[in-house]
Amino acid sequence: MREINDRAVLQVKEKALAIRRHIVTMLSAAGSGHTGGSLSASDIVACLYFWEMNLDPANPDWENRDRFVLSKGHAAPVLYAALAERGFFPTEQLMTLRKLGSPLQGHPDMRKLAGVEASTGSLGQGISWAVGMALAGKIDKKPHRVYVMVGDGELEEGMVWEASMAAAHYKLDNLLLFVDHNGLQIDGKISEVLSPEPISDKFRAFGWHVIEVDGHHIPDIMEALNQARRVKGQPVVIVAATTKGKGCSFMEDRVEWHGTAPNREEMDKALAELV
Amino acid sequence: MKKQATREAYGKALLELGKQHQDIVVLDADLSKSTKTAEFARVFPERFINAGIAEQNMMGMSAGLAAAGKTVFASTFAVFAAGRAFEQIRNSIAYAALDVKICATHAGITVGEDGGSHQSVEDIALMRIIPGMRVVVPADGPSTGQLLEQLYHRKGPAYLRLGRLAVDQVYAEDNKLELDRGVELKIGTEATIVACGIMVDRAIQAWELLSREGISVSVVDMHTIKPLDQELLIKKAKETGAILTVEEHSIIGGLGSAVCEIVSEYYPVPVLRMGIKDQFGQSGRPEELLQHYGLGVEDIVQKVRNLLEIK
Repeated sequence: MREINDRAVLQVKEKALAIRRHIVTMLSAAGSGHTGGSLSASDIVACLYFWEMNLDPANPDWENRDRFVLSKGHAAPVLYAALAERGFFPTEQLMTLRKLGSPLQGHPDMRKLAGVEASTGSLGQGISWAVGMALAGKIDKKPHRVYVMVGDGELEEGMVWEASMAAAHYKLDNLLLFVDHNGLQIDGKISEVLSPEPISDKFRAFGWHVIEVDGHHIPDIMEALNQARRVKGQPVVIVAATTKGKGCSFMEDRVEWHGTAPNREEMDKALAELV
Repeated sequence: MKKQATREAYGKALLELGKQHQDIVVLDADLSKSTKTAEFARVFPERFINAGIAEQNMMGMSAGLAAAGKTVFASTFAVFAAGRAFEQIRNSIAYAALDVKICATHAGITVGEDGGSHQSVEDIALMRIIPGMRVVVPADGPSTGQLLEQLYHRKGPAYLRLGRLAVDQVYAEDNKLELDRGVELKIGTEATIVACGIMVDRAIQAWELLSREGISVSVVDMHTIKPLDQELLIKKAKETGAILTVEEHSIIGGLGSAVCEIVSEYYPVPVLRMGIKDQFGQSGRPEELLQHYGLGVEDIVQKVRNLLEIK
């Protein structure tokens, strides 16, 4: 268990803010990319990289490291920002996002950037990948944990449920899934496009331990992570209620910010709010 | 010589490899009795993962296991591996250049009675087009074992195409086959038959009939379709001036296409392609089906005659 105290919470909050500022800045420089879903995931990713996970940025291939798989790979900016802030590479490199020759591909590429655990972006595949990693941990009797994040729209992929069945069948209590439940996908509200609801009930029926949390309330996320560690014999999913575009008022809960990058003016406006 | 299906040889060789190498993990999608991974599962239950009837997740889990340092062998029928899970193979396994060997059985029409839905005639094409994917189609039992062991030592993704039908041995048990190197099984002067998989033995039978007619042809077992042995292929094009490709696969995208791509660029000579002519299979006995789709030994002999006419 990790200790939840004011200092830890404050540190994660500061990192979440830094991550959001990086996201807006790098996406503006790139001129394309996925802003909304990167911002909705920022608080959870900050908790993972600055409180929860055992990592060694100087030795990214350290055998006993915890792994994080961003199955919703289009939110790559949140991962890149966290890795840079954590010291895997210089923050200046964030500005090369989506540029020719950059290790910061439009979707994460493990072969190009240290710290990226899985090449993701084709939805549904990262969760299977994480199940495989957790199985490897069980085979080798390793203590490390595997974290994976899917989007709520991603739950429409059939493969997610194949993976969910496997995770429960193989009792993968070293696997923790976050659902970034921001309620929006490219074509609109998930409830209108193709509803994956009721999400928590589905996971319960698939044999998972379900925790529901406010995905922007850092002490609650921390508490959920500690609770997850106490669960034995089954995988845990944290269904996190989030807001797409969180932190930038003009982006919040607006579907048009799914796959749009801010222009210079919008970036300035966003950065003025992200303080 | 005893008949053995390449899937049988795969199951045996996999078990032996598993004894030697602790990093090997085997996955199957509820077909372990048919793909012959069941024996590995029995001996090494802790290193066998049944994905159930969920091929997409099997390929995704394979990627995760390989990323965690395992050498993964993932098996199911060819139509479900290369077909159903194509995009998982592309994006999770090949794009990340992971050490996953997709060992697909029940390829081609010799699946037999199960019919066209289960007879993959497209898998070589599907796998060959993926960057970095090695594609291997062994001719018989002994070569399957030899090539499987070499595949283990060769890092990166690979597709091993195996059959259901028991076939005659082409090679001795102690053969010295090399991955990525075609084998000149017969040396003749007028044309070269380039074959893969179960068609290699039939090409040899055709060679015997042609020899009796006084027609001198070479026979090459092109067991590795990607990367193709260009050196040998160009040498045979120069030496014999005509090529016939024979495969239990669509004439589109498979061995025939691979051969044409190289020959047309480096040493153009007439090439005729034998295979399934842009159509699906159907139920029937394997031998009947091979005759029906024009892959009989006599068909090869006739095709060589046609080739020599246009040479």
